[in-house]
Amino acid sequence: MTAVASFHIEYTRFLDPDGVPTQPLPNFAADTGVLQALYRAMVLTRAFDAKAVALQRTGKLGTFASSVGQEAIGVGLASAMRPEDALFPSYRDHAAQLLRGVTMTESLLYWGGDERGSCFDAAPHDFPNCVPIGTQVCHAAGAAYAFRLRGEAAVAVAIVGDGGTSKGDFYEGMNMAGVWRAPLVIVVNNNQWAISVPREQQTTAQTLAQKAIAAGIEGRQVDGNDVIAVHEAVRAALVKARGGDGPTLIEALSYRLGDHTTADDATRYRDPERVATMWQQEPIVRLRKYLLSLGAWDKPREDALIQDCQRSVEAAVQAYLAVAPPEVSAMFDHLYASLPHALDEQLATAQRFAEQAGNGHG
Amino acid sequence: MADIALVEAVNLALAHALEHDPSVVLLGEDIGANGGVFRATLGLQARFGTQRVMDTPLAETAIAGTAIGMAAMGLRPVAEIQFTGFIYPIVDQVINHAARLRHRTRGRLSCPLVIRSPCGAGIHAPEHHSESPEALFAHMPGLRVVMPSSPARAYGLLLAAIRDPDPVIFLEPTRLYRLFKQSVEDSGEALPLDTCFTLREGTDITLVAWGAMLQEVLRSADRLAEEGISAEVIDVATLKPLDTETLLASVAKTGRCVIVHEAPRTCGLGAEIAATIAERGLYSLLAPIERVTGYDVVVPLSRLEGHYMPSVARIVGAVKKTLEAST
Repeated sequence: MTAVASFHIEYTRFLDPDGVPTQPLPNFAADTGVLQALYRAMVLTRAFDAKAVALQRTGKLGTFASSVGQEAIGVGLASAMRPEDALFPSYRDHAAQLLRGVTMTESLLYWGGDERGSCFDAAPHDFPNCVPIGTQVCHAAGAAYAFRLRGEAAVAVAIVGDGGTSKGDFYEGMNMAGVWRAPLVIVVNNNQWAISVPREQQTTAQTLAQKAIAAGIEGRQVDGNDVIAVHEAVRAALVKARGGDGPTLIEALSYRLGDHTTADDATRYRDPERVATMWQQEPIVRLRKYLLSLGAWDKPREDALIQDCQRSVEAAVQAYLAVAPPEVSAMFDHLYASLPHALDEQLATAQRFAEQAGNGHG
Repeated sequence: MADIALVEAVNLALAHALEHDPSVVLLGEDIGANGGVFRATLGLQARFGTQRVMDTPLAETAIAGTAIGMAAMGLRPVAEIQFTGFIYPIVDQVINHAARLRHRTRGRLSCPLVIRSPCGAGIHAPEHHSESPEALFAHMPGLRVVMPSSPARAYGLLLAAIRDPDPVIFLEPTRLYRLFKQSVEDSGEALPLDTCFTLREGTDITLVAWGAMLQEVLRSADRLAEEGISAEVIDVATLKPLDTETLLASVAKTGRCVIVHEAPRTCGLGAEIAATIAERGLYSLLAPIERVTGYDVVVPLSRLEGHYMPSVARIVGAVKKTLEAST
């Protein structure tokens, strides 16, 4: 017998759950200003998440998907991207989106049932939240092809959950990007749960990163609760993609500390003790401990940051609540570049009944 | 100006688009060196290169899904799905993403792509090679659905589809690919995507059809003319959005209507057209509308497909029934 192929998957962590370095940190981490910025972004994301859940509980927001516990993945990857790159997020990626320029007000509008929440004025190339699981990997692969065809240096970055790696779209998109050597980075947020189905039931594959091997591309695993590890892995993958050396799959190991969405009750299917244990590994505390150990953080700065975050979240909430509902005609706007005459009568009907309802908003 | 078949007209339109718009790219299975299993893309990879005319892995979902990403980032992809029997995996990508991207981003991103796919029965093809799924796509908001019935219309409509800023499902009847030739000028002129084509004017009855069925419908009109019955023949061609004005104007003139399509009857586009005429043209009608369609069965294999396809005899029979029922 002859072995014709073999592989190994590398796992990287720089900070352990107590914020203690496990190995020399990558170069970028020498700049404590950079680490403080990553820390601030994670804290802001968590404050936003908490507020959004509270808004849903009080009837001021629709169903919302919290990212609590997974902030390091979005912050780590988006902080490594350039503005001209394009993000193809799932629906749990506001950590990344906030750094990309999507505003908290836009995010609230989206979850509050208003299409204008996907306008992304400051992130014009980024795709909106992808709800059909895993389908965005194909979009990112196609965008990557477009960038390369035009000779642009941009990279497409897709985020998909652990459940998403079971979808055909995930493999097909990754495989096609591999054939094309397209500038694509796929980050798997392995938060261990696809609603109620645990990671072990998604696949018997030992890692999700090794799914890259079947597509002939590099796959690696990082501690997704270590923002330094996520940032460094994505930074390297982006450099590689920009250099024409093809796609990378990065599996970021994390844990969904919250429910799937506000419509979910995770106590129905998982052990609260396990969740409590996983709180000991969450990403914000470990970076704070590291910064504290460097003397690059302290309580006054922490208190000021919390206040800042609460202020900006509250301002976003007020801006969101002040947005009047769209006109009923907005249903028909942007369906096509210009509305076909076949829809004129339906538009008129919708407007007439909205006016009869008395508020012009249907 | 040469006489060319429909498949050659498709090739001519694709070449014209590739030549004149650097953002146009072609992707699909076997479309490169092989020129497509029907030769619709013959010679295009040699002429325009492997970067713009690319053979993809055998993965329909990713063909459509990557085309969406390309289109949103400024390319004009024309994707080929080898047969409509294999188009169903892309329904998720087309409906959930291509058809919605402009709407859900309030016009920030758009999806100017074309999905080409050979469709229909009548060429004694193997299983899963004879379907007519136009109604499936026509049901979905945000799409355009087009099916040409002649080389000239294939050329003009395909150019229009490629230039259109929104996603277009472009279904090419395999039975017409090489059935007849027509003089087609490579003028670069597109045809409108929102207007039926009146192929023959008449006064007694309106015959409505699209794609390969126009063959049987035009022959039926000839047969009826021999009997002194004047049939108006309308090629719907642009199935979604539907040009109801042309259809209603014709029925207002003739007072009778027979709709012919190869796809199964239930929830076929004939039902939508009949309902529209009933809603907005009922008082023009002198007799109930008739539909002549494929049966609500799985498209049979080659030995029985001739019995599945609407025939001249069935169409003429429906017309006679309509005339006899007239008030």
